[in-house]
Order: sequence, then C-alpha cells, then structure tokens
Amino acid sequence: MKPQTKAVDIDRNIGDFHYEMAYAKDAGHGLSEKTIHFISDVKEDPDWVREYRLRGLKTFLEKPLPTHWASKDLETIDFDKIRYYLAQGGGTKRTWEEVPEDIKRTFERLGIPEQERKFLAGVEAQFDSEAVYSNIKKAVGEQGVIFVGSTEGLKNHPEIFRKWFGKVIPIGDNKFSALNSAVFSGGSFIYVPPGVKVKHPLQAYFRINAESFGQFERTLIIADEGSEVTYMEGCTAPKFETATLHSAVVELVALKGAKIQYITVQNWSSNVFNLVTKRGLAHEDAEIKWIDCNIGSRLTMKYPGVVLKGRKSRGEVLSIALANNGQHQDTGAKMIHAADETTSNIISKSISIGTGRATYRGLVHVPKHLKNCKNNTECDALLINATSRTDTYPAITVRGTGNAVQHEASVSQVSAEQIFYMQQRGLTEAQAMSLSVNGFVNDLVRQFPMEYSVELKRLIELEMEGSVG
Amino acid sequence: MPSVTQDKNPKIGAGILSGPVDRDLPDWFREQQGAAWKKFESIPRPTRKDQPWRFSNVDLLNVESFNVPGPLSDDDRKNILKYSIGLDQVAGRMIFANDQLVERTIVSDDLKKRGVIFQPLERAMVEHADLFRKYFMSTEATLGSAKFAALHQAMVSNGTFLFIPRGIEIEQPIEIFHWLRHDNMSIFPHLLLVTDELAKVTVVEHFRSCDRSAPGFACGVNDLIAGPGAKITYVCAQEWSANTVALQMNSTAVDHDASALSLNLNLGARYARFEGLSRLIGEGGRSDMLAVAVATNEQEFDSRTLQDHISARTASDLLYKNALDDKARCTFGGLIRVEPHAHFTDAYQKVRNLLLSDDAEANSMPGLEILADNVRCTHGATSGQINEDEMFYLHSRGIPTKVAQRLIVGGFLNEVIQRLDNEPIGAHLNQLIDRKFAGN
Repeated sequence: MKPQTKAVDIDRNIGDFHYEMAYAKDAGHGLSEKTIHFISDVKEDPDWVREYRLRGLKTFLEKPLPTHWASKDLETIDFDKIRYYLAQGGGTKRTWEEVPEDIKRTFERLGIPEQERKFLAGVEAQFDSEAVYSNIKKAVGEQGVIFVGSTEGLKNHPEIFRKWFGKVIPIGDNKFSALNSAVFSGGSFIYVPPGVKVKHPLQAYFRINAESFGQFERTLIIADEGSEVTYMEGCTAPKFETATLHSAVVELVALKGAKIQYITVQNWSSNVFNLVTKRGLAHEDAEIKWIDCNIGSRLTMKYPGVVLKGRKSRGEVLSIALANNGQHQDTGAKMIHAADETTSNIISKSISIGTGRATYRGLVHVPKHLKNCKNNTECDALLINATSRTDTYPAITVRGTGNAVQHEASVSQVSAEQIFYMQQRGLTEAQAMSLSVNGFVNDLVRQFPMEYSVELKRLIELEMEGSVG
Repeated sequence: MPSVTQDKNPKIGAGILSGPVDRDLPDWFREQQGAAWKKFESIPRPTRKDQPWRFSNVDLLNVESFNVPGPLSDDDRKNILKYSIGLDQVAGRMIFANDQLVERTIVSDDLKKRGVIFQPLERAMVEHADLFRKYFMSTEATLGSAKFAALHQAMVSNGTFLFIPRGIEIEQPIEIFHWLRHDNMSIFPHLLLVTDELAKVTVVEHFRSCDRSAPGFACGVNDLIAGPGAKITYVCAQEWSANTVALQMNSTAVDHDASALSLNLNLGARYARFEGLSRLIGEGGRSDMLAVAVATNEQEFDSRTLQDHISARTASDLLYKNALDDKARCTFGGLIRVEPHAHFTDAYQKVRNLLLSDDAEANSMPGLEILADNVRCTHGATSGQINEDEMFYLHSRGIPTKVAQRLIVGGFLNEVIQRLDNEPIGAHLNQLIDRKFAGN
C-alpha cells in the first residue's frame, strides 16, 4: 500500500504554486447577462441550458447573502471582481500525452496520472473552469459506466442528464446554488448502469490556478438500480493575496438499492471561500454516504445532505474539519426523512487550532406520519489553543410518535494527562499533541478508504506543526 | 391602595398600541417608559426568518387586540383572593390581578425585621429609588425579544421588588400570583429579585387566568440577581388560559460562589415564549435551568435559552423536558456560550421530547459557542415516544392505556421536578400536572 500513500500526498505546500497562463477563453471580471451568454456561447449550450443559467443569475441577484445566520465574512466577497470563466480551450483530452504541457506540469506535481495508473478506475482533472483531462479504465467503460465532464454529459447523454439535473438541488435552494446554476462549468457526470458495482473509486481533481477566479463545477452522479460507486474529489489552489471563490453544486441520485459513497478531501489554500451545496436523493433501499474532510480554505460553508425518499433508505455523513489560524470551517449535515423506516447517521469531529473556528450546523427533519425513522447525531469538538473557537448549531424537527432522534455533542481539550504520559515516554509535546489529535479522529478516519486515511493523518500532522509551545 | 390615577386616564381600557399610560409614577421612570415605547415602535416585528424566531409561530404575536385593563371591582378582588391557593406555607405573599395589587402579606419575621424589602414596584421605585434604579431592566434582552422587552418597559406598572440583605436566609418560599381577569386584557408582570452576599431565598410565581378560555396577553420580565455566595431558587407555574399569548423574558446574574436554580412549568397559554438568560459573572458560580412542559391541543411552547459563561470556573446545567400531545408544538433553542478566558467551564444542556401523538411536533436547536479551550461542555437532544415495553408492562397489570400513559409521562417529567429537592413545591407542581392530564 505504501506507494499509493505517496501518490495522494497533496499537502498544502505541494499545491501552492501557479503558472502564468494565456487563457484562450476569458469571461473577464464581474457577472452580468453578458457573462452568461459568453459562457453559453463558448460551451455551445443548448437553449434550455442557456435559459436555466439566466434563471440562475436572476435568482442569485435577488437572494440576499445569508448573513442573518452565517458568517459576516461573506460580505467581503466582491462579486464584481471575480472572474467567472477561464479556459484554455481545446476540449477534454483522453490521453495524458494530449494535455497541454503547462497544465500537465501542474497536475503532474499533484500526482494525477501516477494515481490513475495505481488504482483508480477513472480520473478527471479540472483546471479553472474546464475539465482538461478525463479518462476511465477500459474495463469500467465496457460495463457501461459513463464518467465524463458535465459539459460532455449534457451534450452526449441528454436523456439521462436532463432528467436529474437540478432536481436534487433546485436553482433557488440558496444564493450560491443559484450562482452555480448561472455560471457552472466543469465537474463530473457519472452514470452507473443497473447492477454494476464499480470496484475502484472514480476520482476528480479540482485546481484553481488564476487569481480572483471563481470555480463553479457541477457534478451529477446517478447510480442506477442495485449499482455501487465510490467517488473521490481532491482540491487545491495556490495562495493568492485576493479572495478566490469556489462554489460547487453536487447532486447524487441513488436509485433503488444503489449505493453511492462520495469522499472529499478539501485542501484549498487559505484565501478560498468554499461555499458548496451537496445533496443526495436516496430511493428505496438505497444508501448515500458522504465522507467530508475540510482542512483548507478561508471559509467553508458546506452541509452535505441526503433526502431519504424511498422506504428503508439510509443516509450518512462523516465529517472531519480542521480549522487553523484564520480559518472558519462551517460544516455539517442535513438529513431529510421522507419515507418510513429511513435511517440516518451523522458523525462530526472538528479540531480548532490557534484562532481557528470550527462550526457544526445540522438539520434533521422527520415529518408527520412516518414510522420507524431513526437519526443519530454525534458531534465532538476538540480545542487546542486558548484562542480556538468551536460552535454547534443543530436544528432537529420531529413529528409523530413512531420515530426516534438523538443528538449529542461534546467539547473538550486534549487531556494534560495523556500529553504527560507520552512526553515521559520520550515524545515531544508537539508529537504527543499530534498523536492525541489523530487519536481523536481515528475512529472516523478508519472508515475511509486506506489511501485517504493515510493522507488525512499526514495533513493533520502538518497542520498541528507549531500549534503548541 | 395604589395611588394610580386610573379613573381619569383616557388610555385605560384602550388598546395597548395607543402607548404608555400616564400614571402617577416618578418622572425618571416615566421618561424611561417614553424612551422604551419609541424603541418598541422602532424595532420591526420578528419574522420566522430571524434566527431567534426560527420555527416560532410569530403570527400569533399580534398584540393589537389587547387592552390596558381598568380598575378591578370589589367582587373581582374577593374572588381572586379566594382562588389564589398555592403553597401551604409561605414567608410572604403578593397577589396581583390585571397588574393591580390585591394583597400583600408578610408572615416571616425575617422579612419583617431584618431589612428585607418586599414591596410592589410602584412603592419600591419611590422608597428605594437608588437600589431599584441600579437593577431595573439592566440586562438587555438579547434572545430575540428586544421589541417585547421594550414594550414591557413602556407598559409595566406593577410587580414585585424583593431585596434580601447580606446573610439573611429565608426558609419558606415567597409566593407571587399574577392573574389575568376579563377578555382581551394585557398584563406586564415584573419581578426584580436582588440578593446580597450569602443571602438565600426561594420564590414561587403563579401565572393564572380567571377564565380558562379568555383571550389575553402577558408580557413579563424577571431579573434575578444572585450576589456573591447567594442562593436563589425560582419556580414559575404558568397556567394562563388556553387563549393567552405570553412572552416571558428572564435573566439571571450569578456572582462568585453563588447559585441560582430556576424551574419553569409550562401548562397554559395558546402560545408561550420563554427566554431565559443565565449570566455567570463570578468564579464558582452555578446556574441550573430546568423546565417542564405538558403541551396539548394546539398549544405552542417556544423556549430560548443562553448559558453565558463570562467568568472562569463556572458551571451550568440545563434540563428541559416536554411531553407533547395532540397538535402541540414545542421549540427549544438553547445556547451554551463560553466567553474567551472563561476556562474551566463545566456546562451541560439537555432537552428531551416525548411525543404522544402523530400530530405533535418537536423542534430542538441545542447550540454551543465555545471561545475558550479548557472546558467541558456537552449537550444532548432526544425526541422519541413512550417505550412499548413499559406500556406493555402496565397493560399486563390491568392498567388502561390512558392511565398508563399518564403514569409514564409523569415519571418522565418528575425527574426534572425532583431536581428542585423541595418536597412541598414539587408536590404542588406534580398536582398541577396531574390536573392538566385530567383535563380540568
């Protein structure tokens, strides 16, 4: 397993570089109907997509920032200074050799082709607005699995794409889903045919390279009856002086008996606003599991959700957030129970270091006349320094007598006794602290695929450096 | 009798939205009322989109139809006295109806001799102006009802001022009644309790309506101030009529080594919102916040709390239990806030909902905001129904469903009442709960 560990090593320093690029397609700064038409023209959108984008823009402009509950830091985003579309042109490449040299250099530094060779069933890489590289292993392709960029998905597979696109997350869900609906570009489209179990994970990389850029990828994953798929995404950006915006929309549809596992390791640089809407729709007997790790970014607001629409469907969110100096990780989960015998589980662990702030925000909704629905929520927070901050804001609604919901949260710090014990065994205080923190998240990390759990542990060690003493 | 010029006042009997009533009260107080009225008018009405009002049925907060009550008749006074039955043994008692003092009795020698002040507001604000002004409405209402706190301050005309001097311990509870009389009346109950160092007191308030279905509006404010090492126990039994809209804003300040315990029993009202703020301002302070609710029909109880740990080495413990039947709704929004440098905080918060019908709804928002690292904070929220095994056990003993349900719910709620550790008050509260179950 060791070489794989190396391959996914995307610590913050490795991501912190950028190249001067000559962009062939540039929508310029600011957002107006013109921007939308520019994007639609470049992408040769069908009319319904163009209209959809315009509706998105209208909704985005109408909706106020959610600062009545969310961080006031959102007000520092200057939507007029952001560049909404940047691409090199030339379409998505199928083989690594075809990818332009400079982009290739970026992704080679991140270890993309290497990983693909090692164990991934398919990989897609997005550079600013567009997918630059997309490949899927032959064996999986032959099973009928579709794994392409969202642009290609809506062009070549409209019959599946259009049926589910925007159905799980409507335009008006929130201000940022509206923004994404207006200017979306890139992201993945995956379709897994009935009964197909994709053995290896499909993977996507998201990279922001340009300053003041906004990345708005749109991902749609459909797992047909009885199928199974795991999708992993990683993201990096260089550290620019100005704020960068990442606002994705991810929709998952698990049809009867299907299983989707969606894993994110978010390691944006600390100038990125990461405002993402993620939701899955679980049909009868289906299972959707979000594994969400937030380590980077300046402000992350992300609450992956599952709408439990079919009987006996299951939803799960495992969330790890690490907030270091100047960071605010505002993460959580939403579980909407909409059928009998649905179960959901939320486990969230956060670590606040230095002046970092970790927030858990959750929503659990069990409406009337449902029977035997169950939810379990656990949130644990660990505070490392005296200036660290953590918040928990759950909202739980239960109607009727047939259901059980429990929520529990705790806040603690690393026990001095533990540190003392390790120190007298010869570990430095920093090593002891790092070990303690890894122990705190260990039972969650263990549930991750091997490659990611090792990477995550490394990232935590890196973040812990210099946090004590 | 209070020296209020009620008979000649044109605003008596008018809607409360016509503004403060010109009463015979000190100038500084009336100026404050004028300013509070302006504040009330300037703050917009809450909407459900405001975070502190999430899930709350804000449409019910239309106060337009409620009036400022006129003087009580002698018959009213007689009847109210007759029905003001609470605890058997008390140290002192005050009874208000429609914000008018009906009776004040002082039983305990402690109260009489040792400098305890137990007066209606209208007297206290004159006779003990300095002490009164220092504490009256000194805490901002931050949990959502700033508008209604301003309304209260603009309209308040009576209530209780209780001051316990240093080292005085009053064994028997002090009892206060607030009655709503006649349809569409509004009252603004007020309690200002100040305890000096090492003082000890228990206060029990009863909120009642004369007519079980009369529409009414109650908008009360309580300020409890626990001086260093003092011990306050505060109990409120809320039994407003089924058509009353009630708002209650309580704040407690706990100084070093002091402790405050409050228990709110919610049985009445169509809509009752309770805002409880506990500020732990001195090391070694402790606050226990307890509540029990039995919600039936279309009743709605909305509770918002803040356990604010300002000083290091403080403890707080909140336990709220709701039993919900029919179409009732309960909302709990609570926050534990640990301010920077409030290290060694020990805070706990727990809310449990027992749903007895398919149409009942429970919303829980237990929150934490922790800005210091050396702390122990935990919260939990559960919503569930009666355990079938327990039900089966009771059935198998021949106990009919309704009775079995009552027994189980009573046991569920009694855990909170036992935390009072006061037999007579506990028994009284259980009696009120039983009466509600029995439907009368």
